[in-house]
Amino acid sequence: MSGATFTQDGDVLRLSGAVTLARLGDLPERLEALSPPPARIDLSGIDRIDTVGAWVIHRFARERSVPVEGADKDTERLLQQVAAGDRQPQVRPERPAPALRVADQVGGAAIRAFGTGIGLVGFFGGVLVAFWSLLRHPKRLRGHAIIRQFEVVGVEALGIIGLMSFLIGIVIAQQGAIQLRQFGAEVFTINLVGRLTFRELGVLMTAIMVAGRSGSAFAAQIGSMKLAEEVDAMRTIGVSPMEALVVPRVLAAIVVMPLLGFYAAIIALIGGGLFSWLSLDIPPITFVTRIREVVPITDVYQGLVKAPVFGAIIAMAGCFQGMLVEGNAEEVGLRTTAAVVQSIFLVIVVDAFFAVFFAQIGWI
Amino acid sequence: MKRDTDDRCDDDIVVRVRGLANRFGEQAVHENLDLEVRRGEILGVVGGSGTGKSVLMRSIIGLQTPAEGEIAVFGEPMIGRDETEAKNVRRRWGVLFQGGALFSTLTVAENVQVPLREYYRRLDQRLLDEIATYKVAMSGLPPEAGPKYPSELSGGMKKRAGLARALALDPELLFLDEPTAGLDPIGAAAFDELILELKATMGLTVFLITHDLDTLYAICDRVAVLADRKVIAIGTIEELLALDHPWIQEYFNGPRGRAAAGGDQDLGRAEREEGPRLREQQRQAEAGQVQAQGAEGVAR
Repeated sequence: MSGATFTQDGDVLRLSGAVTLARLGDLPERLEALSPPPARIDLSGIDRIDTVGAWVIHRFARERSVPVEGADKDTERLLQQVAAGDRQPQVRPERPAPALRVADQVGGAAIRAFGTGIGLVGFFGGVLVAFWSLLRHPKRLRGHAIIRQFEVVGVEALGIIGLMSFLIGIVIAQQGAIQLRQFGAEVFTINLVGRLTFRELGVLMTAIMVAGRSGSAFAAQIGSMKLAEEVDAMRTIGVSPMEALVVPRVLAAIVVMPLLGFYAAIIALIGGGLFSWLSLDIPPITFVTRIREVVPITDVYQGLVKAPVFGAIIAMAGCFQGMLVEGNAEEVGLRTTAAVVQSIFLVIVVDAFFAVFFAQIGWI
Repeated sequence: MKRDTDDRCDDDIVVRVRGLANRFGEQAVHENLDLEVRRGEILGVVGGSGTGKSVLMRSIIGLQTPAEGEIAVFGEPMIGRDETEAKNVRRRWGVLFQGGALFSTLTVAENVQVPLREYYRRLDQRLLDEIATYKVAMSGLPPEAGPKYPSELSGGMKKRAGLARALALDPELLFLDEPTAGLDPIGAAAFDELILELKATMGLTVFLITHDLDTLYAICDRVAVLADRKVIAIGTIEELLALDHPWIQEYFNGPRGRAAAGGDQDLGRAEREEGPRLREQQRQAEAGQVQAQGAEGVAR
């Protein structure tokens, strides 16, 4: 089978071979380079033709205003078909000038961020209303769903949070010891581990882990339920999605977070203690005694006060983003990412406020 | 005939399936299934839910490796071929998946260009753009659909865009998985019309999975019935109606089957006359939808 080619016979252009996508070769370029244009195009010599071949011939004939002849019935039909589709090609949507686009994107992002903020506040209000109505009608509380969330958010997270905290305890002790050794004050490693884990790291790292594990899961679960119209079905039946989906998750996170935070702090102490014992020759009994001396009870309170707030933030950000899902499956992924980013960011912001607040009330 | 037919395959069977078996764990979907698709025909494949219509299609196009059996497309065995050989066969067919399966990060026109770029790297950008544009037009989409992203299209338009991509390489064989499912009756009739028209101009062979009785009556040359893990019957609808199989009788003689059959004689003529008008209406309706959705997109 020969490729597409042509011969010039006086002012007649005779095409021959297979004028198809696979056999086109450099025919378009060679036709382009042709000058002067022929008076007629003769297609009687071609073996085969497809829509791409027909298009190339149609384009050439149109641009040079040359009549086409010698086409059989099928070829004629193909030529008509592609001629009917002859439009100004547009492949990508029109985009504004770059400078304008930057302004557009910055403005759009600002408006979206503002909208999200408003939405989050509104959602917070909605959750409060749902809580209030459940307080007045406690029978509507879904005990089973809440227990199930306790298990998912709390019990199933024990392993990974324990491992993480243990390693963090070791890292703090080891890094602290290296620095303090320069002053011969290695024994203060205990202060460092004890105070840091109870005040900050125990709860903060737990919050980050819960945001990654459960906040994302909340967004994805509720998001896919939105996509499958399950949430709409609930509303139609008269079940409030706030009460059925959001409240159990928020409640579980609020209750479980202090427990997880305290657990994380204890495990981190064990890690730090183990490192001190093996590497700094501080026996466990000394470690425990020193911890009791240097860690004020207010440090423990700080962790326990912050934890439920962080839990509420994580659960609400996750549920909020899940509820925002609409359209397609891609949205679920985007919203899940947004839930994690938003909740970790908010947790750290609120943590900074707490730090200032506790310092002000003298819990130093 | 000057169509792009294949010289290596001189018999008239485009797809030949012999003794196909597909199993998922314990569950056998196909056992000893035989099927032949002839050149230039529109073969409808019907069967109850779960009879493995889609699995059969996936087996033929190589997305599902069967447990047993032989599959030949254009006379070339398909099972156990290496990637380059399989690619040469693959470029000669187009597939339209149920939801369109458009690449969501590319515009409709860019979607159409993907197979062209993959197989014919030397095509210049201008020709690529022009090819994408007339393919989009041939699929019955309005001009403004080309630069749109799939998320901005309605379900019917996605199917048309998917069809445009399936037709990108001027295939000889077209696989359609429930092309009219989820379309309104006008859109479905217009889609049927479009397939017939494309078959006439491009000499296509079509493997069509459908539940749509109207489509079966309107465009299919032959119908294959899947049941009991194999093709229990294949032939024209008249031939199938003469058979004494309970499922086939219920399928074609149920209330919906009779309605589709009764309307067929009139419909066939009506469609020939009204088809273009209906299609124009549909096109305008969809164009309106695009604009509405475009506006929505901006508002978002």
